[in-house]
Amino acid sequence: MSYATIEKLNSLKESGLKRIYPGRIKINVGMATCGISTGAGRLYDQLLEELEKFKIDALVARSGCLGFCQIEPLIDITFPGYPKLIYSRVTPDQLSGIVKELADGGLTGKGALARVTEDSSSVDGSMRDYPLTGIIEGIKDIPLISDLGFYKKQLKIALNNCGLIDPDSIEEYIARGGYYPLYKVLSGLKPEEVVDEIKKSGLRGRGGGGFPTGIKWETCRNAKGESKYIICNADEGDPGAYMDRSIMEGDPHSVIEGMIIGGYAIGSSQGYIYVRNEYPLAVKKCRIAIDKAHECGFLGENIFGSGFNFDIKISRGGGAFVCGESTALMASLEGKIGRPRAKYIHTVKRGFRDSPSNLNNVETWANVPTIISRGSGWYKKIGTEKSAGTKVFSVVGKINNTGLVEVPMGISLREIIYDIGGGIPGGKRFKAVQTGGPSGGCIPERLIDLSVDFDELTKVGSMMGSGGMIVMDENTCMVDIARYFIDFLKDESCGKCVPCREGIYRLHEILTGICNGEGKEEDIDLLLEMSRSIKMTALCGLGSTSPNSILTTLEYFRDEYEAHIIDKKCPAGVCKALITYTIDPEKCTGCVRCAKECPQEAISGEKKTPHVIHQEKCIKCGVCFEVCNFKSVVIN
Amino acid sequence: MVNEIDVKKIDSIVMDKYEADSENLLHILQDINSEYSYIPEQGMKIVAERLCIPVSQVYSVATYYKALNLEPRGRHVISVCTGTACHVRGAGKIIEKIERELGIKAGGTSSDMKFSLQTVRCIGCCSLGPVINVGEDTHGRLKQDALPKILKKYE
Ligand SMILES: Cc1cc2nc3c(=O)[nH]c(=O)nc-3n(C[C@H](O)[C@H](O)[C@H](O)COP(=O)(O)O)c2cc1C
Ligand code: FES
Repeated sequence: MSYATIEKLNSLKESGLKRIYPGRIKINVGMATCGISTGAGRLYDQLLEELEKFKIDALVARSGCLGFCQIEPLIDITFPGYPKLIYSRVTPDQLSGIVKELADGGLTGKGALARVTEDSSSVDGSMRDYPLTGIIEGIKDIPLISDLGFYKKQLKIALNNCGLIDPDSIEEYIARGGYYPLYKVLSGLKPEEVVDEIKKSGLRGRGGGGFPTGIKWETCRNAKGESKYIICNADEGDPGAYMDRSIMEGDPHSVIEGMIIGGYAIGSSQGYIYVRNEYPLAVKKCRIAIDKAHECGFLGENIFGSGFNFDIKISRGGGAFVCGESTALMASLEGKIGRPRAKYIHTVKRGFRDSPSNLNNVETWANVPTIISRGSGWYKKIGTEKSAGTKVFSVVGKINNTGLVEVPMGISLREIIYDIGGGIPGGKRFKAVQTGGPSGGCIPERLIDLSVDFDELTKVGSMMGSGGMIVMDENTCMVDIARYFIDFLKDESCGKCVPCREGIYRLHEILTGICNGEGKEEDIDLLLEMSRSIKMTALCGLGSTSPNSILTTLEYFRDEYEAHIIDKKCPAGVCKALITYTIDPEKCTGCVRCAKECPQEAISGEKKTPHVIHQEKCIKCGVCFEVCNFKSVVIN
Repeated sequence: MVNEIDVKKIDSIVMDKYEADSENLLHILQDINSEYSYIPEQGMKIVAERLCIPVSQVYSVATYYKALNLEPRGRHVISVCTGTACHVRGAGKIIEKIERELGIKAGGTSSDMKFSLQTVRCIGCCSLGPVINVGEDTHGRLKQDALPKILKKYE
């Protein structure tokens, strides 16, 4: 096979541009996991069928996720002469209506969420507008996507292509500037210069710890060893965070290109992507992308005629959270049990197969091509002094606009939760936001003006983690949350060291006792003392960060613990042993809905007269509370 | 129900696909697991023999990873997400409802081998929580009362 050349790259770019801007009708259906789970697959089939029926000439493609998962399924349509229109929560009927409009030779814009008049790409800084033929009535009143609260403050680098291109098309990736950074590296930069550029950019690892990426690369480059390995950590174990999945499903080439550049920089010819077992679609998209990169000569031998060889293999994880930890991950890659080891010798010196191994997170790799292309100076200007660039957050939980957002670091929590996230649903009060996964902590409402970067989050007792932000409202019990994380870690502890294996187990017992109304006053001090000793003595990051959820909730929400222990009350109405469900006779209309749904037949009453819950039968499943349309079921 | 072990099938996974390389042990077991819905004891013995490693090593890996099962599972595996985003939006109630509907506990399999029920910490669909997977289908934005209808769809 002949190697890649700049001419070939240019011609791939041409065909990519023709696919993105075909000069005829172009329709993208968002088909990442979030889209598919809301019915995008069926919409896609329906779309092809109806276009065929009306003999409409259109290019239909499947794209990744635009980030606004709350309002999936998302479809975007470009009709020549119109701006690109984005439709959200698309139903089959609505889709039929849109196809009819297309058949009639235009779009009315009815029901569209937003319009896009230009596409920009941060990789090459390009700007491409949608040439308009005059102003079309109805369309101009649709808000610009950049004016939507959800997108206004976002800046996309790692998510540059997500939702905009077909992840299976390497041409579309190239059309938006991709693989030119690799060409730039292999045609003129020395490995040391690449390392230097990453160092100067201030890029820090996006997988949790925020370790400076350039320094890691340099140490690995300087380490002695015949073979060296590049590894991508795609184990994404933090519950509530899914940016890595979205990047792999929507823009796998950005990760692959980052890894090839990294391989050249540290002197490695073999890369591995260790993907979480629960992400089958991501595995599929990465496989296709690797094959395509091979076909085009970006992977394999003598890439761009430079003499540099690189290849990537995919390894599927086995469903163990601790395998996201570097030493455990490498053991797992070797087919062994994924248990961490003490890091007297770091993995950059001796890791996978006892060789120098450079592990970075998916999002870290996805930033690399843009840094190379735009330069460290450009990148460093984004974000804060010590946390350069952007970070992707998954804003989820009790919040109006859930989804993936990428923002410059240093933005305040308030901006993320209110301006982008649109605040808390149902007029409820914002209580806390949990960041950093099981290793992180809960940040209370009063710190809402905190600027979000690696160091500020650590200062308040939490951490960046992989970027999950789980928003909690007044109906979230903070003791229950602490117990939730401890329960998670109890299951995931590998059992190698005593503080973690036994300590977490005991913490869980105490917390469960408190939630069940069996808490004792001395429990709080015991929790604090045990937390401190586990922090100091556990072998790996899983154990040593495990008490964070307890420590932060105790610091910021001690009154809730006391309410559980002393008053035997759960103020948020969550802990089953401490609550009862009753029906407010004033509000109950006697619609019998709750009585029908109750699995215990614990609710009785005549039609059209107020109903009663019989406490001795009630198992507190909460169905009545959920189904009541009149808010007459109350939690006491 | 006991599955017949097809030695040839296991051999083709171990020898042909993974070239009897013990570094691929996890992948070999994953493939066997998806072939049989679990890893039969005899399968473990064959793998150990072919890779020239102790059965105890195979067993330790097979019991360490959640993706591997030592018991046969139902035709449809229901995975209820109990990740943080789903937890705060009521995943606990979803799992209790399914437990009541199927009469089994999380980790169990219905006696007609139709469903197995398990929990999983986040399937990456957090914005649509609470979420469950049935086989490869994802169902999001769930409420307890929607579950019976969803479960009925599966044979
Ligand atoms: C218990 C535990 C779980 C981890 N899980 C992940 C993970 O799922 N994904 C990830 O990228 N890093 C995870 N990490 C961090 C990794 O050990 C490692 O620091 C990171 O992948 C390095 O890449 P980065 O420098 O690009 O962030 C975890 C660490 C610990 C201690
Ligand atoms: S927390 Fe349930 S899908 Fe992520």
